[in-house]
Amino acid sequence: MLNYLINGISLGSVYAIIALGYTMVYGIAMMLNFAHGDVIMVGGYMAFCATSYMGWPAIPSVLFSIFICTILGIVIERLAYKPLRNATSLAVLITAIGVSYFLQNAALLIWSSNPKAFPNMVTLPTLVIGDLQISSVTLVTILACIVIMVALTLFTGKTKMGKAMRAVSEDKDAAQLMGINVNATISLTFAIGSGLAAIAGVLLCSAYPTLMPTTGAMPGIKAFTAAVFGGIGSIPGAMLGGILLGIIEIFGKAYISTQLSDAIVFAVLIIVLIVKPTGLLGKKVNEKV
Amino acid sequence: MKKISESTRSSFINYSIILVFFLVFQCLLSMGKLSSSFSGQLIPICAYIVMALSLNLVVGISGELSLGHAGFMSVGAFSGVVVATSLQGTVEASPLRLLIAMVMGALIAALAGTIIGIPVLRLRGDYLAIVTLAFGEIIKNVLNCLYVGVDNHGLHFSMKDANAMGMEADGTVIINGPMGALGIQKLSTFVSGILLVFVVLFVIQNLVNSRSGRAVQAIRDNRIAAESCGLNITKYKLMAFVTSAAMAGAAGALYALNYSTVVPKKFDFNTSILILVFVVLGGIGNLRGSIIAAAVLTVLPEMLRQFQDYRMLVYAIVLILIMICTNNQKAKEILAKFGSVFSRKKVAEEDK
Repeated sequence: MLNYLINGISLGSVYAIIALGYTMVYGIAMMLNFAHGDVIMVGGYMAFCATSYMGWPAIPSVLFSIFICTILGIVIERLAYKPLRNATSLAVLITAIGVSYFLQNAALLIWSSNPKAFPNMVTLPTLVIGDLQISSVTLVTILACIVIMVALTLFTGKTKMGKAMRAVSEDKDAAQLMGINVNATISLTFAIGSGLAAIAGVLLCSAYPTLMPTTGAMPGIKAFTAAVFGGIGSIPGAMLGGILLGIIEIFGKAYISTQLSDAIVFAVLIIVLIVKPTGLLGKKVNEKV
Repeated sequence: MKKISESTRSSFINYSIILVFFLVFQCLLSMGKLSSSFSGQLIPICAYIVMALSLNLVVGISGELSLGHAGFMSVGAFSGVVVATSLQGTVEASPLRLLIAMVMGALIAALAGTIIGIPVLRLRGDYLAIVTLAFGEIIKNVLNCLYVGVDNHGLHFSMKDANAMGMEADGTVIINGPMGALGIQKLSTFVSGILLVFVVLFVIQNLVNSRSGRAVQAIRDNRIAAESCGLNITKYKLMAFVTSAAMAGAAGALYALNYSTVVPKKFDFNTSILILVFVVLGGIGNLRGSIIAAAVLTVLPEMLRQFQDYRMLVYAIVLILIMICTNNQKAKEILAKFGSVFSRKKVAEEDK
């Protein structure tokens, strides 16, 4: 029971880290970045290449993966999304899907569709407390999630760039009038989101060590629902939504049905949204006539 | 001569496009000029045209973003297969069996649409999108562990495995969980596909220009104003949603009965997105655009064969470039200067 809970929190932490990327981008650019799930996959492959092909130790390869994904995030934003800054949200959505196809197929060409066995990055001993066994991967995942959460809260609350980010998400035009560089801020958001996706990719592949070009798709969709679950645009909401979703998924698998676990996750999401249409921590926006 | 209205003329142009498409390909088909990979695409093209048209009813006419349209296609496909297989002994004529399968597929998909639509349509915007996505995934997930079989006593269902259905020894398994429906009789023909496109086009075009259609569009343009004029928001939105689901169900039945096996995984999130891509590229709310986009984009991967492994990569790049070219102000101006290669001008005018 407690073991399931810890596994759930661990899986949920990964979802939460991915959901942060979704929610930050949504908050600032008002777009659903469907390519986010595939950035996770790229992050996984990068760490895989660094360790398996170049023989790097764990920490430099994770940093390498974060670095590449951050750049990838900025490049995607500049090339594909920036020309559509003023277009309808659906047009941007389709472009994001195009980017997602592109990344998946590029990965397919480079690494082929054969699953790759992800190397074990975390080689710490398993923690044993009484009957309870917590693997080091689980522990690292949860710790990483807490560190990221604290760091992001401090960043958006205390630093100048973080405040600029919040200002842009509140009102783009007013922020520009106050001398904030809107384009740079949006790029920064994509950079942070993609960097987080790289971390999530490494953590996800450490827990489920098969790597394929489609690895990122399903976690991406689930993390997206987690972001909506918690109230999209809200950083604590993404955290809460992610962790709850992970717990529900693991408990659903354990107690109800393995095959139907995804259906259970989505059913809970639907019930929450019907009861509280803006998500758990979402703000209600009053409609003006 | 009496002047015909704009909308009637536009409708007739759409019918003639489909007719010409049909005649050209039927001629090519009978002359044997089509490659087998291309002629195999004709029925999927019809199914995708119907899917695009029906999604356009939700996204374009009713203004709600739905990301789970493939779910309805899936419901229609599997119920169509069940009906067609279980009627194998009773109804001999295969066109009639196909018709019954499509109608049943449409009815059951409409039922699913009603069940989903009532709670979902309370939500708006991106939240509605995510809930439709969730429903699409749930439908796929449930179908993945659904087992249906038929014997002398009628239909048997189970959610566990094929043996749990308790069929007699001579019964046949129709849907086998994740393996999907096996041994389907291929009933679909190009003619029936085209007829379905005609029916769907007829229904949508008449709906859009009717009193109800105008109500739906009024709600899309300004919900609050429409509500204050006394329109029943839920009723009209649900009507559009359920009609669309029914059409998707019929398309699903047509699609499934074209193959010998169909798996639930075929109708996943990616398929929903693919159909949305047809609608958006063709122009939201533009029926003719949907038809052309669905036909061209279904064939495009085939035509990109010469790029071999790179074809999906090229497809992705083409998709991004088209979106940027049609939506970026600067790109539009440049295109206008070079003289519109495609009917870009028209798209630009409609955007205003």
